[in-house]
Amino acid sequence: MSTIEETKQGIPTGTWQADTVHSRVAFEVPYAVATFTGEVPDFEASLVDGKLAGSAKIASIKVKEENLEAHLLAPDFFDAEQHPVVSFSGSDIKRDGDTVEIDGEISIKGVSQPAKITGTVNGPSVDHFGANRIGFELETKLDRTKFGMNWNMPLPNGEQALGNTVTLKAELTLVAQDA
Amino acid sequence: MRILAISGSLRDGSYNTALLRALREEAPEGVEVDLWQGLKVIPPYDQDDDVVPGPEAVDAFRELVRESDAVFFSTPEYNSSIPGALKNALDWGSRPVATNVFRNKPVAVISASAGAFGGVWAGAELRKVLGAMGARVTEAELAVGHAHEKVTEDGVIEDLDLRQGLSDALQTLVTSALDRAAVA
Repeated sequence: MSTIEETKQGIPTGTWQADTVHSRVAFEVPYAVATFTGEVPDFEASLVDGKLAGSAKIASIKVKEENLEAHLLAPDFFDAEQHPVVSFSGSDIKRDGDTVEIDGEISIKGVSQPAKITGTVNGPSVDHFGANRIGFELETKLDRTKFGMNWNMPLPNGEQALGNTVTLKAELTLVAQDA
Repeated sequence: MRILAISGSLRDGSYNTALLRALREEAPEGVEVDLWQGLKVIPPYDQDDDVVPGPEAVDAFRELVRESDAVFFSTPEYNSSIPGALKNALDWGSRPVATNVFRNKPVAVISASAGAFGGVWAGAELRKVLGAMGARVTEAELAVGHAHEKVTEDGVIEDLDLRQGLSDALQTLVTSALDRAAVA
């Protein structure tokens, strides 16, 4: 018997806040022959009456090498000094079974662009402490050059080292707030 | 506002240094342009020497950059790139990587040569290096060709278009520094 109680399907109304311990915001971008990844751990997200929104402090960016973090914070990339926050705001979430689709807008480095988010949803369900939770695994792709991030370096074969298409991922656990 | 002017050339009669002398005449009220004279005494970069305290000339250079609101470069072109002495000084300035004194520092780059292209490739190279160091590289762009015909060693410029170009580049840098001061 599961300790998690299924309560209802669909996107709930009310206010839900991200449990950031059990959530993650990350990015992936092609680099040379592989994929470069990182996270932005200082973020917040909320679901209010079916609309998802979130923001992250880019200064918290984490990759596996601190010198690369410094480059990502520099004007070549996020320009964190001038633009410390990246954000997302979405319209109503369209749910079809376990899949979701959200039309929204992403703002990075002072530029806002439309974004289509796709992914899956789990819940709402009541957890073992009685809290009502809903989980999302979301993903979107964006062109970093549209946000003024044009840095690159040519490889010996003439190709560019860093891809322009960045995948943003958000694994969110949101907890219902007391009315 | 204090702007540090760095010439990539060491020779006394340098057109690039002369342009920076002329730049002082274009400075708006409240903006002081100081011409750095210390490039020649910066030792070759050696990580073994990059300790605290570092070489005296290097510590002085880093302190000058740290105290400046912005840095204005004028560089010649050697073999399609920037002079080794200038790159060497920047290599010192780029350490430690995450907290170096150029990080987020507004910078402007112009170039000059006696040839037709005005060191345009050196200018591009210098912008690339400064961007990699984390500097705030402004849009200012000026490549002064046939510089020997346009500026005297004392920095006297009679070419009004060139004076305007210098003034515009300086204003772009000042604006960037003011923008930074507003949030930093």
